[in-house]
Amino acid sequence: MDETSVQNRPAKRSAAAPTRREVYEAGVRRRSNRIALISTISVVLAIVVLVPLSPGWDAVQRAFFNGRVFVATFPGLLDAFLLNVMIFAWSAPLIAITGLAIALCRDTRAPALFPLRLFGIAYTDIFRGLPVVLVIYIIGFGVPGLGLPRPWNSPYIWGTLALVLVYSAYVAEVIRSGIDSIHQSQRSAAVSLGLSDQDTMRFVVLPQAIRNVVPANMNLFIALQKDVALLSFIGPVEIFRQAGVYKSLYANFTPYVGAALIFLALTVPATRYADYLMNKQNRARR
Amino acid sequence: MKPKLSLRGIRKRFDDHEVCKGIDLDVAEGEMVCLIGASGSGKSTLLRCMNLLEPIDDGTIWLDGRDISEPGLDPQPVRQEIGIVFQSYNLFPHMTAAENVMLAPRRVRGLSREDLRPRVAQLFSRFGLSDRMEHYPDQLSGGQQQRVAIIRALAMDPQIMLFDEITSALDPELVGEVLDVLRDLRQQGMTMVLATHEMGFARELADKVCFLDAGRILEQGPPEELFASPQEARTKAFLARVL
Repeated sequence: MDETSVQNRPAKRSAAAPTRREVYEAGVRRRSNRIALISTISVVLAIVVLVPLSPGWDAVQRAFFNGRVFVATFPGLLDAFLLNVMIFAWSAPLIAITGLAIALCRDTRAPALFPLRLFGIAYTDIFRGLPVVLVIYIIGFGVPGLGLPRPWNSPYIWGTLALVLVYSAYVAEVIRSGIDSIHQSQRSAAVSLGLSDQDTMRFVVLPQAIRNVVPANMNLFIALQKDVALLSFIGPVEIFRQAGVYKSLYANFTPYVGAALIFLALTVPATRYADYLMNKQNRARR
Repeated sequence: MKPKLSLRGIRKRFDDHEVCKGIDLDVAEGEMVCLIGASGSGKSTLLRCMNLLEPIDDGTIWLDGRDISEPGLDPQPVRQEIGIVFQSYNLFPHMTAAENVMLAPRRVRGLSREDLRPRVAQLFSRFGLSDRMEHYPDQLSGGQQQRVAIIRALAMDPQIMLFDEITSALDPELVGEVLDVLRDLRQQGMTMVLATHEMGFARELADKVCFLDAGRILEQGPPEELFASPQEARTKAFLARVL
């Protein structure tokens, strides 16, 4: 009781009259805010004024920032973006499940399950070591090349498989780091109650581990949203491919800028949210 | 009388450091044994060996005359018989107090939440925590968390309870409420082994006090003897420091 009243004292006083210290700190804060504002305005002004002064600006403006082309193509781009969202929507759960399964494979201890463990290690090593676009090419062109009947020659299926293979390797590593982050004493407490190793993992370790790695996994899924565009190389007319079609049609690059804006409208809030979660977690840990 | 728990020649080494160097100990049914000694003398390790959290390197442990230290023996059933409470509580932070307590009986004994409710509620009320069942560990004080940890171990109906310095992480004003729980268990006739720094408590309630020094039980006996007239120089020196 005594302690809290001591802690509360400065706060109560500031309501009445600020202390010397508080006056000083408020002054410092005002000054830094002013400097930050002035420096931001000067940089933005410099860009807005100087870039149009460059010799090629008129050509660039016509090719990339053409209002007429933008208005004409934007609705079509939005339509095509729906396909990105759909591919993302069915890939993400598959990736989460596969990633979790691979992480658990790598964590097995029983000798009989050693092959699983070996598989987990090989899987994460291989798919984290390859460029996404390469896996998409190999699987997206390779498997349908076997002459499979419809619908098994669909680029959607094999493109999705390629994304799942690569991204689940990353998700598996993130989940594994989460499992490692749970203190040994939690396992001790669980097994001391007579819980089996499987139950200890399922009810004690995994729920905490997965919660800890939510922000890290969100960053991976933001990256996935962008990499869905790579599927355009094997067929699906998603937003990147659609922008390419418009570019040829109008002989103008503005559709690419439109596509970029659509991506940002989704990824920037998601990134901000992931950062917010990460910060919240760091504060809770302190 | 045949001891409930019996240890002979227990040895345990971590890498190059031998923590237990041949420990013999008998715990009779309903007895309360206190292990005292400086930090690093092997008290905690000895407790962890007793419920097979640490495999011993040499020696034998009998529970009710059954050898539970046989290599290759499944430790799970043994751990259900011997509960342990840790210094740092080790509650599961993602579960409410009640869920913490019910997890093991549900999974190991196959009981449903409905089956467990009345008994768990009774345990919580017995230790003055009736209004804390649905709280998460981080909403509880240290003393409350430690009492939940004790309830969690008791919910498995163990025959023996081990307590590993369970008041060492608590603020001084919270120690009493946890020691009261131990008093209560003592009255119920629970067989208990404590590693503790609470000398006053050991003197008041223990049937037997063992002084551990560098991995050996240097001296043991009833508290009035051991505290009043220690025989070994090291015991004297230790008691002079802590009393």
